[in-house]
Amino acid sequence: MSLTTNPRTIDNPNRTVSQGGRPRPRPTLRDRYGDRVFNIAATAVLLLSILAVVYPLYFIVIASISDPNAVYEGKVWLFPSGVTTEGYERIFADSRIWNGLGNTVIYTVLGTAISVSTILCGAYALSRKDMPGRKILMLLFVITMFFDGGLITKYLVVRDLGMLDTVWAVVLPGAVGVWNLIIARSFFEHTIPNELREAAQMDGATDFKFFFRMVLPLSKPLIMLMIMVHVVAHWNSFFDALIFLNDDSKYPLQLVLRNILIQSDVSSTGTTGGDIESYAAAQRIAELTKYAMIVVSSLPLMIALPFMQKHFTKGAMIGAVK
Amino acid sequence: MSRTIPARRGRPSAAPLPQRKISLSLRMKRISRAWQLYVLLAPAIVYILVFKYWPMYGVQIAFKNYNPVDGFTDSPWVGLTHFIRFVNSYQFGQVVGNTLWIAVLGLLVAFPIPIILALLVNQLQSERFKKFTQTVLYSPAFISTVVVVGIMFVVLSPRSGLVNNAIQLSGGEPIFFMGSAEWFRPIYVISDVWQNAGFSMIVYLAALAGIDPALHDAAKVDGASKLQRIRHIDLPGIMPVVTVLFILAIGNLLNVGFEKALLMQTPLNLSSSEIIQTYVYHAGLQQAQFSYSAAIGLFNSLLNLALLLFFNTVARRANQATLW
Repeated sequence: MSLTTNPRTIDNPNRTVSQGGRPRPRPTLRDRYGDRVFNIAATAVLLLSILAVVYPLYFIVIASISDPNAVYEGKVWLFPSGVTTEGYERIFADSRIWNGLGNTVIYTVLGTAISVSTILCGAYALSRKDMPGRKILMLLFVITMFFDGGLITKYLVVRDLGMLDTVWAVVLPGAVGVWNLIIARSFFEHTIPNELREAAQMDGATDFKFFFRMVLPLSKPLIMLMIMVHVVAHWNSFFDALIFLNDDSKYPLQLVLRNILIQSDVSSTGTTGGDIESYAAAQRIAELTKYAMIVVSSLPLMIALPFMQKHFTKGAMIGAVK
Repeated sequence: MSRTIPARRGRPSAAPLPQRKISLSLRMKRISRAWQLYVLLAPAIVYILVFKYWPMYGVQIAFKNYNPVDGFTDSPWVGLTHFIRFVNSYQFGQVVGNTLWIAVLGLLVAFPIPIILALLVNQLQSERFKKFTQTVLYSPAFISTVVVVGIMFVVLSPRSGLVNNAIQLSGGEPIFFMGSAEWFRPIYVISDVWQNAGFSMIVYLAALAGIDPALHDAAKVDGASKLQRIRHIDLPGIMPVVTVLFILAIGNLLNVGFEKALLMQTPLNLSSSEIIQTYVYHAGLQQAQFSYSAAIGLFNSLLNLALLLFFNTVARRANQATLW
């Protein structure tokens, strides 16, 4: 990382700036020194931040494959010790995890499909300046960003609809985020030229036809972004399931994780009781399982992250411009 | 500072077009011609009517004694009874205090850090290191709240946790972090920074990328140091974004982090972890006091709205970018 503080990269007057391609003017001596100190400090701060983010995660990974006794005694710092896969074996043998994973997949696929299609269709209509009543309709959405019925009335509405303990309680109440709707609308406003629509209309295309045949194929980056936002949100959400679902065979993965990780519900991980020693051993195994569980549940998104990053960065920019 | 750049980038104020009276029949014709657009919009409209406006209509139960038979509309009115009961309850001071503590602490600590990180990352010269830093700092945002709190519980565990092992190694006594009221707030805020600072940084980086490089070049010719350029070019350049995000953060001040606070709660740290929203959850959904907890929820929303309006006005006075 000494690259940034290497005097040659700073001093060389012919070094081109990456964005502009202009030659960098020669700095004065005083500033060169000050900037060098700044560079060192900035790099140090960022390296420390990276360490602070990465080390806990790294520790979880090595602890998940280490002998639980070594972790317990604080012998695991930089490398795993006494490698074991028992934690992972226990997870894969735990039917709650599999059941939760299956539920999460169902909720994620269904929820994402509902949310993304509703948002895309709605946002396109709202992006059309020639739609009468557009401003009032938009206001209807924006108001809900500032006023909220609150948790209790939301619960009562879902109950009155008879949705408690059904899939719909997990996928519908949060389906359309107004913020996402605004992002999608401004994407359509900026990328679909009016002339295109007029030309299509000349050729006899209806609004439906134009939307499905022209707009959607032109909006792939937006669709990707929306899909990812919702997949991540559904994969990670637990609260709607917590309040709307009682039947634990319907619990999504995150709720199962909460019960095991946070509420230390070890009932079905096989603590058969007995003497204190075997209880302590079971406790340690339970801890080991927790580490492994954190790894397993976060891994899918972490693997997908490099692929998703580009889209999320773009989304942040659309949001920032708006 | 706001003088150097136009804070409000509004369109040039064109004179309003003279409103022509449109005949009713013409208007109906326009509406009927756009029917397909309304069909596209319909699912979203139905959604907000059912899941946003119906609950909003139901907020009246805060002033009523809700019972399931009579529903939102026909339950008997009781006026401000529930509000008075909440204000007089022994938990009121504690719950409101805890909420404000977390909110203000979160804002003071968690809001500036992404800005500082973005300014530093923006100054990095190696593009690869820049990208790498960005990716790493931003990855925890994809870990679920449940797992982040799960990580806290294992890493801070008094018996086998990483942190307590380190404390014992240096000769200290192990601390039961998750079971102590004093540690709740620091852990809450630190974990918030750990998880979200990198993600929030992205918006500021996008804003920084939009700053005209010519400004930096000119300043360099004049011999400005990096620190000076950050202070006089970068910071004013992202100020509009900072203001808008700050107001948005204020607007959400009392709503964010409810899920995490709920997950972090243990019987032992309740005296600092019980915030308005978790109290609503406990009183409303676990003890079925629907009207009482709806009143508390409404109290929370109104407090929030008041804060938002207040800070938006302050921002307008200061001639900064505003939400509206």
